[in-house]
Amino acid sequence: MPSESSKTGFLTEEDLKDSPGIPTAARRQKGPVAVIECLEDIPCNPCESSCNVGAIVVGEDITNLPHLDGEKCVACQTCVYICPGQAIFMVDESLAHGRATVMMPYEYRPLPEEGDDVTAFDRAGLELGDAKVVAVRQTKKMDQTATVTIEVPRDWSMRARAIRLKVD
Amino acid sequence: MRRYEMICVGAGPAGLAAAIEAARNGVQVLVYDENDRPGGQLFKQIHKFFGSQEHRAKERGFNIGNSFLAEAKELGVEVSLNSVVLGIYENGAMNVMIGDRIEQIKAQKILVATGASENMIPFPGWTLPGVIGAGAAQTMANIHGIRPGNDILMVGSGNVGVIVSYQMMQAGCRVAAVIDAAPEIGGYAVHAAKIARVGVPFMMSHTIKKAHGKDRVEGATVIRVDDSWQPIAGTEKRFEVDTICIAVGLNPMTQLLRMASCKTAFVPALGGRLPAHDKNQETSVKGVYVAGDVSGIEEASTAVIEGRIAGLAIAHSLGYLDEPSFLEQRTQQYASMQGLRSGSHGERRGKAKEYLNAVMKGTMNAL
Amino acid sequence: MRIEEHPILGTFEKGSPVQFIFDGQTMQGFEGEPIAIALRSNGVLIHRYTSRRDEPRGMFCAIGRCTDCIMVVDGQPNIRTCVEPLKAGMLVETQRGKGPEPGI
Repeated sequence: MPSESSKTGFLTEEDLKDSPGIPTAARRQKGPVAVIECLEDIPCNPCESSCNVGAIVVGEDITNLPHLDGEKCVACQTCVYICPGQAIFMVDESLAHGRATVMMPYEYRPLPEEGDDVTAFDRAGLELGDAKVVAVRQTKKMDQTATVTIEVPRDWSMRARAIRLKVD
Repeated sequence: MRRYEMICVGAGPAGLAAAIEAARNGVQVLVYDENDRPGGQLFKQIHKFFGSQEHRAKERGFNIGNSFLAEAKELGVEVSLNSVVLGIYENGAMNVMIGDRIEQIKAQKILVATGASENMIPFPGWTLPGVIGAGAAQTMANIHGIRPGNDILMVGSGNVGVIVSYQMMQAGCRVAAVIDAAPEIGGYAVHAAKIARVGVPFMMSHTIKKAHGKDRVEGATVIRVDDSWQPIAGTEKRFEVDTICIAVGLNPMTQLLRMASCKTAFVPALGGRLPAHDKNQETSVKGVYVAGDVSGIEEASTAVIEGRIAGLAIAHSLGYLDEPSFLEQRTQQYASMQGLRSGSHGERRGKAKEYLNAVMKGTMNAL
Repeated sequence: MRIEEHPILGTFEKGSPVQFIFDGQTMQGFEGEPIAIALRSNGVLIHRYTSRRDEPRGMFCAIGRCTDCIMVVDGQPNIRTCVEPLKAGMLVETQRGKGPEPGI
């Protein structure tokens, strides 16, 4: 594992900077796109095999890191719920007024509902602040991994990676 | 005395995969398992597996388990539950205890796929109710639908520790921290990331000093250790928890194999003292094969492949599978295995397995 | 303690609800589940006390291997409650040391 993550358990933005799974800012500003935060050489490739447009490439050696072609990605979100490590998100920085959305895989219950206020956290589990849930999706095909999309300030788009529901 | 062509000891992923492969080729197979349900650890695994399509990646463990059981049933594999194999003797003789009675049975080929048991570390308060193995936490939550406790301290950051921590949170528990005496997290980065981002702190180079409580766990004190694993006074930190979960490694359950006089080797990278075996998964005792965690702590996916290799080898050895077909299929299985025994985690295990094969061959000395 | 709806597993299939007696107290559980699980759902974590030092012990491995969970069940000592299925009307008692003489 690179950097301090082998001690802390989480990756930093610095760790992910040159990762082949991260789309460019330019691409993120064009519309929703997958963000693959997978930096370890585990033998694993469902992201590649599940992508219908060939935007993700792992290759013959399945320990290769997944490489994302942002231009091919059509944001179908399949890889987000397929990834066994829940390491893939979907980010959209094209919203107006300096906003963005982040979609994350979600395997806790109860599921939040569209319109719910939640607290957003970063990879280190530090609280970023309040966010609103704008979409929740769960279908049989997703095999119990739902996806939850929150709307956040744009500068959280590459930081917000978890939510906690607000308890009444 | 009943006679069988093949007997599997253990109906976990390795045992079932072997039984399926052998039965598919016409072998008469009986599988014994001491538990009241088959599947070994597989049914407790509620996460999606890694690997590739051939390894059934993205499928959840228990779903894979169910499909194995269905396949075994369809192939006429006999599974005898609540059956404890007491001993393996010469020439394929075995004793098994089923309920109150002890049966003698004879097998032409025996596959031992008994898996592994959990390690433990002693510390003051370790006997208090509330101190449980990580496997126990999984059993309680995923099999019996009960939370082991409310606030959990996880001791051990290998894959079992980080996966079970996540499963505890899915069950509705709070995980106060994951500690490990080692300086680095042992499990996969993505498993660690999943729990770090919901606020579970990792404390490396920490060990548990004491479990507090009169009749049950009420708290835990952890302490930092130095480079020589010695506790550093003054670095204690207390957690208010009601459950301490121990995930400090697995130890292969090789008792039957040692009783049968199988040659063993000490292989720390794979969990301890292991039965030496060749590329057909056969031990130094002809007719006794091994597969899965009992022959080295790895994963469910590798256990399945080892089981298949053993099943094919047994079918071939019994004359049900001709040599070219056997070698072709064995090569396929090894190719599949190679995918899993690569990368920084997998390579280490792969090399340790090669050492085990070499000990069997006699080209390496057993430690 | 019981998980009502699990994110992955949904609801857990259980046998019919039954009553049993633990140390004189009537409790609820589900038929067929391990006695230890029924006890834990009622907040009971202590299964026995050791012979020499009278110290509390409870479930550790949950799969019938370590024997920390043994109790006196229907008069019989040393019953591994983490694997023994609960039956209606069962008498479950905290085992003190070796407990009573095992009957046939």
